[in-house]
Amino acid sequence: MSHVSSSPKVRGGRKAAVGNVGRPPVAWALPGILFFALFAIVPLAIAVYLSFCHWDGLNSPTSAGTANWTRLFKDPEFRQAAWLSLLLTTISWVFQTPVALLLGVWAAGRQRSRAVLSAIFFVPLLLSTTAIAMLFHALLDPNFGVIKEIGPWFGIDPNIMGSSTGALLTVAFVGGWQFMPFHTLIYQGGTRQIPQVLYQAAEIDGAGMFRQFFHITLPQLRNTITTSSVLMIVGSLTYFDTVLIMTKGGPGTDTTILPYLMYRTGFQTYDLGYAAAIATALVVVATAISLILVRFSGFGNMRSTREGM
Amino acid sequence: MRSGIFTQGKRAARWTAAGAAMVMAGVLAGCGSDGGSGGGGGTLTAYVYGDDAVKVQQAAVKEFNKTSDVKVKLVSVPGTDYVNKLRSAMGSPSAPDIFFNWGGGSIKPYVDANQLVDLTSTFKNDATLKDGFLPSIVTAGSLDGKVYGVPMRGMQPVMLFYNKTLFAENNVTVPKTWEDLQQAIKTFKGKGITPFALGGSDKWPELMWLEYLLDRIGGPDVFRKIQNGDSSAWGDPAVLKTAQTVKQLVDDGAFGKNFNSVDYGNGGAPTLLNKGKAAMHLMGSWEYSTQLGKAPEFAKKDLGWTNFPTVAGGVGDPADVVGNPTNYWSVNARTKHKDAAIAFLKTMASKSYAQSLVDNGDVPTTSNAASMLSGSPNPKFATDQYEMVQKAPDFTLSWDQALESKIATPLLTEISKLFAGKSTPEQFVAAMKAVK
Repeated sequence: MSHVSSSPKVRGGRKAAVGNVGRPPVAWALPGILFFALFAIVPLAIAVYLSFCHWDGLNSPTSAGTANWTRLFKDPEFRQAAWLSLLLTTISWVFQTPVALLLGVWAAGRQRSRAVLSAIFFVPLLLSTTAIAMLFHALLDPNFGVIKEIGPWFGIDPNIMGSSTGALLTVAFVGGWQFMPFHTLIYQGGTRQIPQVLYQAAEIDGAGMFRQFFHITLPQLRNTITTSSVLMIVGSLTYFDTVLIMTKGGPGTDTTILPYLMYRTGFQTYDLGYAAAIATALVVVATAISLILVRFSGFGNMRSTREGM
Repeated sequence: MRSGIFTQGKRAARWTAAGAAMVMAGVLAGCGSDGGSGGGGGTLTAYVYGDDAVKVQQAAVKEFNKTSDVKVKLVSVPGTDYVNKLRSAMGSPSAPDIFFNWGGGSIKPYVDANQLVDLTSTFKNDATLKDGFLPSIVTAGSLDGKVYGVPMRGMQPVMLFYNKTLFAENNVTVPKTWEDLQQAIKTFKGKGITPFALGGSDKWPELMWLEYLLDRIGGPDVFRKIQNGDSSAWGDPAVLKTAQTVKQLVDDGAFGKNFNSVDYGNGGAPTLLNKGKAAMHLMGSWEYSTQLGKAPEFAKKDLGWTNFPTVAGGVGDPADVVGNPTNYWSVNARTKHKDAAIAFLKTMASKSYAQSLVDNGDVPTTSNAASMLSGSPNPKFATDQYEMVQKAPDFTLSWDQALESKIATPLLTEISKLFAGKSTPEQFVAAMKAVK
């Protein structure tokens, strides 16, 4: 147990923590690495391999050369799905980020009602995605759902799931409803980390609530916003269950986003080679977007937001 | 603070490591034991579509196991997952020995992969099987003239169901011709009643319209060509006429405005019919038992049924039927107990099995069924259904079962686009011709 010897150093507090902290030896990471390799790296490698094959799941895969990939770049359905995925991701981000940010900042405060309301806001995250999708599906039934009665009050057509824009917005909304509490939690944690002295100083300088928010809270949450955005974007790109249950990619193909197209190709059409190509493309795009986001937000430098303090 | 987190972290890490090790062991053990479940040790694994009718198969298995050395183990797979689960299992070492299917295209990939036992000679040489079933039903499930399946459930023709009260209240006659149908649409629409309930979000209820329309317009041969792999047959003028008729119906408001977001699976469309919000519903014969479960009073008193009407200028026989002739058991070629499996399949032709199907409200496809139907929970419905199928010169298998999934899946998508007005009849035809 050699690592025990390093613990006093750790106990040394902040200064000692800089540099070679008492990190456990590499061996500790082994189970995690093995796990990750077995359930992420290996399947990913197989998917890449399959994207160069024709495979129906019954016979042995046969080599397809680059057929699946050339098809991918010419397939209007793939293009539409990619566009819809992008659209859904953008809508989700625009919808979730401001609300989660404000809720998170609010929840970080010390108001009396905070604990109770925060707990209530957290509930959607505890429900299973399937249950949520079925719930909304029932609420939005155009003949017997609550939307039939309430929709017209707000000028919403009860056939919202039957229109292409309506269906996509609904999917984005349901996803947002479910995951906003999670991002609220991230922002709450981020806000709590901001040192009170900054606010105290700002108050002395005469800054009001809004200036404090825009000049202290927001800049201090820079890294939190990146974290939350990456999770949100990758989450939206791989969003699937709600579409399967609520719209089945319809009306027509108007909510057939990439993951659903992949599912349909792989597990309904049993063209597993092409489905693997779609999956690989999805991985590449999601990784690229995350990397770009991390790079350009300066998050990758791991600069502390508390520089100079 | 930080030190506390770290010491705690170590303790946690130890647990995590232990947990991971256990999971890994479980995974490895899982891999090792997978190979053994392919039907060894004197058991036959049978996959069946899990719905209310499973109890009939359960009883048959229990009866069979009493006398047989090789025991049948029935695995009931929930309906919506059935096709996926079967497909995955058939590609793995833990495939079932016997499995439920719809015949036709639903077994084609397995036939192509040499995974099924050819039962043609078994049928020919065995009187029980040969004379036990309606010949049209056995043929409907065959592929390239070879028999791969033994009928094992009731027949499921698609029928036009209607709400008797609404027809009486509004003085509408049950449509026999296209003119009747259009008159009915006009009258009901005028009264604010949706003429036809349609579970458009599930897509397959829309398919039923195309199946019947194409049969009535162009006769059964058009689809037969398509089924036999001739994708150019989608270019037949009858297909275009069918798609145009669909568009006309949608534009006329025959399905109301919001059918796109109505489903069948969760009860949307059947409820429209039994609440009197829709007058008619084109659906498989299971609609009767669905209604019996949802609104027993309505099913017994107000639910009417009839054949699909004729279409003006069409060449199809108005007695033709579409739907699922029945379901079949097929035998996996890799089974270790082929004889026992066939012995079990023979019990499907027995009188007692047919009787338990009848008791369940199904109409068996055995030759001896006609005399039993008087004992059905609803003799009128059972007899009408049996006669409808018996008299039909042609029984077209549901397209999504008759075609391989690589064609059936895009087909359902294209149909959904056609109904939603996202593509024109011409675009529908072009898209289907392009599916290979």
